[in-house]
Amino acid sequence: MDVRFINAFLDGTVDVLKMMAFVDPRAGKAYLKKDGVAKGDVSGVIGLTGAARGSLALSFSEPCILKVVSNMLGEEQASINGDVKDAVGELTNMVSGAARKKLEAEGLSVTAAIPTVVSGGGHSIRHVLGGPSIIIPFETESGPFFVDVCLTLANGS
Amino acid sequence: MMDKGLKILIVDDFATMRKVIRNILKQIGYENIVEAEDGAIGLRILKSQKIDLIVCDWNMPNMTGLELLKAVRADDDLKATPFLMVTAEALQENVVAAVKAGVSNYIVKPFTAETLNDKIQKILG
Repeated sequence: MDVRFINAFLDGTVDVLKMMAFVDPRAGKAYLKKDGVAKGDVSGVIGLTGAARGSLALSFSEPCILKVVSNMLGEEQASINGDVKDAVGELTNMVSGAARKKLEAEGLSVTAAIPTVVSGGGHSIRHVLGGPSIIIPFETESGPFFVDVCLTLANGS
Repeated sequence: MMDKGLKILIVDDFATMRKVIRNILKQIGYENIVEAEDGAIGLRILKSQKIDLIVCDWNMPNMTGLELLKAVRADDDLKATPFLMVTAEALQENVVAAVKAGVSNYIVKPFTAETLNDKIQKILG
């Protein structure tokens, strides 16, 4: 996968979490994931088309997403409820948008669909292209989350 | 000094973002807020009550923010209503489309409370 993709999603994720949830995530080393099992407890998935096609997933551990959404809404969240799932969808949407803005600056115009959210321990993430995907792990003071990207240039590279 | 009694319509399919924007507006001092979860519902509200400012997402089911903006600008009774697009859609072609359709201002998510406040003051000032 093109390194421009990694940097765009990494930077876009940090921007969104800092600005909307006042959380300062630390990125770990990216690695290849070959199965479809989510790394977190709740995930948002969004399809991408245009100069690059595939999908992006954000997968959060429960303590991490509860802190993120509590900060966003100014209300303590105790469990992965409807409000939290809604927030995961919007966070996925915003990370997609922030990353696509950075990709556009690299000459890649990419559009996005409306995100879906799945939850539960060991749930699956179904990427549009089927996988494998690149995982960018992040740590926060409240636990980990993962950016899971499966994307290819529309010309096949 | 802005009129804090102005009625503001927030249109976004994500309840989270409606709540985030509502919280910021309340911090600024705006308490008279109504919400819609897509453009079609937003348009029904606009036709049934006086709204002083529309704060609207782009990507929504049923009627997008751009479609709502075009409908508002095509309606003699609504066309003067200030329209702030708050969206993750930062692609240049989208910004141009919104400007051509008559958007009053444009905010790209993620955003800070200060940015939202500044844009609203510029529109209403």
